[in-house]
Amino acid sequence: MEQKKVTKINGPVIVATGEEDIAMHDMVYIGKNKLMGEVIKLEGKSATIQVYEDTSGMHIGEEVISTGGPLSLTLGPGLIGSVFDGIQRPLKAIEEKVGSFIQKGIQVNSLDENKKWHFVPSVSVGDLVQYNSILGTVKETESITHKILYPNFEEGKIIEISQEGEYSTNDIIAKIQSKDGKIHDITMVQKWAVRKQRPYKKRLQANIPLITGQRVIDSIFPITKGGTAAIPGGFGTGKTVLQHQLAKWCDADIIVYIGCGERGNEMTEVLEDFPKLTDPRTGRPLMERTILIANTSNMPVAARETSIYTGITIAEYYRDMGYQVAIMADSTSRWAEALREISGRLEEMPAEEGYPSYLPSRLSEFYGRAGRTLNNNGTEGSVTIIGAVSPQGSDFSEPVTQNTRRFVHVFWGLDRGLAYSRHYPAIDWMISYSEYVSNLENWYEKNVEEDFLEYRGKIIKLLNEENELQEIAKVVGQSVLSDSKKLILETSKCIREGFLQQNAKSEIDTYVPLLKQYKMMKLLIDVYELADELVEKGIPMSTIKQIGFFAEYSRIKNEKSNIEMAKIDELEEKYINELNNIEEEYKDFFKKG
Amino acid sequence: MNIQYIGLESINGPIVFIKTPKNVSFNEQVEIILQNGETRIGNVISMDENVTAIEVYEGTNGINLEGTKTIFKGKPLSIKLSVDMLGRVFDGTGKPIDGLGNIVSNIERDVNGSSINPVSREYPRNYIETGISSIDGLMTLIRGQKLPIFSGSGINHNELANKIIKDSNIGNEEKFAICFGLMGAEFETAEYFKNSLKENGTLQKVVMFQNLSNDPSIERLLTPKVTLTCAEYLAFDLGYNVLVILTDMTSYAESLREVSTLKGEIPSRKGYPGYLYSDLASIYERAGMIRGKEGSITEIPILTMPNDDISHPIPDLTGYITEGQIVLSRDLYQQGITPPVDILNSLSRLMKDGIGEKYTRKDHGKISDQIFASYSKAQDVRALAKVLGESDLDELDRKYLEFANQFEERFLKQGADERRTINQTLDLALEILNILPKEELNKL
Repeated sequence: MEQKKVTKINGPVIVATGEEDIAMHDMVYIGKNKLMGEVIKLEGKSATIQVYEDTSGMHIGEEVISTGGPLSLTLGPGLIGSVFDGIQRPLKAIEEKVGSFIQKGIQVNSLDENKKWHFVPSVSVGDLVQYNSILGTVKETESITHKILYPNFEEGKIIEISQEGEYSTNDIIAKIQSKDGKIHDITMVQKWAVRKQRPYKKRLQANIPLITGQRVIDSIFPITKGGTAAIPGGFGTGKTVLQHQLAKWCDADIIVYIGCGERGNEMTEVLEDFPKLTDPRTGRPLMERTILIANTSNMPVAARETSIYTGITIAEYYRDMGYQVAIMADSTSRWAEALREISGRLEEMPAEEGYPSYLPSRLSEFYGRAGRTLNNNGTEGSVTIIGAVSPQGSDFSEPVTQNTRRFVHVFWGLDRGLAYSRHYPAIDWMISYSEYVSNLENWYEKNVEEDFLEYRGKIIKLLNEENELQEIAKVVGQSVLSDSKKLILETSKCIREGFLQQNAKSEIDTYVPLLKQYKMMKLLIDVYELADELVEKGIPMSTIKQIGFFAEYSRIKNEKSNIEMAKIDELEEKYINELNNIEEEYKDFFKKG
Repeated sequence: MNIQYIGLESINGPIVFIKTPKNVSFNEQVEIILQNGETRIGNVISMDENVTAIEVYEGTNGINLEGTKTIFKGKPLSIKLSVDMLGRVFDGTGKPIDGLGNIVSNIERDVNGSSINPVSREYPRNYIETGISSIDGLMTLIRGQKLPIFSGSGINHNELANKIIKDSNIGNEEKFAICFGLMGAEFETAEYFKNSLKENGTLQKVVMFQNLSNDPSIERLLTPKVTLTCAEYLAFDLGYNVLVILTDMTSYAESLREVSTLKGEIPSRKGYPGYLYSDLASIYERAGMIRGKEGSITEIPILTMPNDDISHPIPDLTGYITEGQIVLSRDLYQQGITPPVDILNSLSRLMKDGIGEKYTRKDHGKISDQIFASYSKAQDVRALAKVLGESDLDELDRKYLEFANQFEERFLKQGADERRTINQTLDLALEILNILPKEELNKL
């Protein structure tokens, strides 16, 4: 049959017409430069193709060659520590090939074919294997053991398995016979269609927190392993810094960081920082657990649209090995805009604000791929998705923020006002929420302290009261408020400045263990409650303020190192004693009357 | 020899349509020869089997359908580059207009450029001392950064840009150059820059591409591209530290909208095309530094926010691409505080890694955090004072007012000839912060 030929070019979207039959989402190569593209619409003999590279220089009449299958990722050892573009081309290899500027039509392998890996088999001849059975292991980095998974859906019997030794990704490490008698050669890598979800046996409840070391997250708006969270915030509110903090400190085994349509320099920062930082749990460089996908804003728009899927498919692959994986997608708005841009080129009827009408279903599909799962090979893994949203003009009512909100369970809304006053992370406690708190009740009771959530509740209550009081104070001034209200204001100020604010640049404060978070909450609330009793008894606020607690509290986070948690207990004892002393003194005073 | 095609199908605004000839490629450079012999340059912007659309950068005025000849150059739009461009003036498409003749060179580059591989970039850390307290102290400019100025019509952003050129310390370096892209500029603005560059004695270090407000608006689409192509050559081939100033990006975006509408594309926000973000990114992201290369491109695009609205698509999308922004405030400007930098809205994202002991001073970060926190608090106090009256405020609140006033009068306000070193700036900031009681300075 006659091959399809280019008949129309409009930026990154082209139309090819011809007799040849090609399928939806098939990957194609176009013209003499062999540009990569994907079929996104079929109509009669015409196929509409989005091209992953710059189409400058393309002619009408150039040939389109179908690969006969969808755009697929190459999954296997060597993924960790790599930097890929949106369609899994390794950027370092591209640099070696063509220098500092990306050229089009470059063909490079996603994984290094020459590198030898130390394979250790974990099955023997005669064993039965099914989809995702672990055939063997490879030490991918010091902290990550890569499990070689059986990629086929039909059951099979092992008729040959390689001995422990060094193999490259092209070497056959097993021969497996399926029921129909066919023999399959298995290497350490497998192909997986980028847009297809990887199956699992069962979804599990998300009831283990993803510990991030960030107080406002772990204690106030927690996220679970396998959970979904959105970070909406206008420019300059600190989305990226927060994403970096989470990528650095959260207790996932593997981080997939997707820089989707963001700044080149920000990716460079990650590339320079992560190899230098150490994972607090393993003591190894953070890069040994990180996979970066960088499709910066000036790289082709179609690859930007795909980068999100590339990221999540890689994450699911590691989940299938039994790892806890966290995805940071920065930013999903750029992805949505890529959808809009391509939709516009297709001349589709736009829905809200020019976005295509399938935006909500694409978003729900994406966030729906998160979760904690029992895998077919018996391991348990999870994929957590944390997506940044960049609403235009900081307006949270725009379509991407609104639709994302419907599909995520945690909402960390960033506020410009907080960012202005350098309150970081600028998570606005009045609009943010986490729907996982009740799921996590048991976990906190068992692993931290019984009354953890009680203290959390009290903190939130105080913040709400403060909000109301601030409204009143705006009209009448603070001085006319009663002493007990003043105490609330004073305590909430401590919550904001001493607890919620956290300095990413400070060595001590950048990561805070959960127990210290608990002790900080307890100290503040216990002192507040006693002070409140005293105020009720008529002891003036000015006397209570004299003990110096409120001034000292805001500094605790910077002064006490994470190990010396006993010091917080000491402080609590000290201030409770001082308050008790005041009460004694006043008892005499009241008696004398 | 290239084939000439005679005749056009139709003309719509700055776009001409021609029957698709054989072997024409997308984004190919086109030469249009009018009947009177005049030549204009264009670019293939979309094509199918029947019709090819070409945008003509010098406008379609005087082009007729019958006798016009079209030549396809078989390559993307490119310009000739040479070190001799320093000190010269070009139009918005890169043609010399200073009467000193054409640029002779065998180096010719595609004006669209290619994207820098993220792994090849070097993270910018080297700060530029501009001598302006608000910028140096609070939104430090870093070499290789893209830091736009968001202004409004009538605010003196050009003076600020001029002050940065004049007083910044990179200006004294030998291998320093400025690439200036003027888009839709008033004649007066262009003259202002030329005259002040002459006064500063920097004219020989400047390459100027000017598209004035009475030049064809479509020409503006090309101006930032040629400006940056020239900057890339100077920076990454010849090792210059290049400062790129692009003004006014709003005019550029408006031209983009104009062409998009004429092409019949489906409009997105406020009629701007859906690809505005990608298009702006292809301009802004050309700033940066490359590992193993000496030069750098620092970009300061200037844009006027329509109706002073920072959430308008142009400033909004710009803010998402650039590494921060310097926002100018009409209120401050009207109070005579110049440069009228609205510090609470402004930000430099690269600042955090380019300041501190190794670069500026150890206490720099703390001082700037404290200024932001205190000044933001002072704004709340001002709001309260409006309701209650100043006399009803308590003493602490009055101190905040005093702080804010002194901060604006002494720190922000800076005369045209007043240059402050980073130490002077930070000392001044500390002095003004000391108006507040110690308990309030919890970030220091």
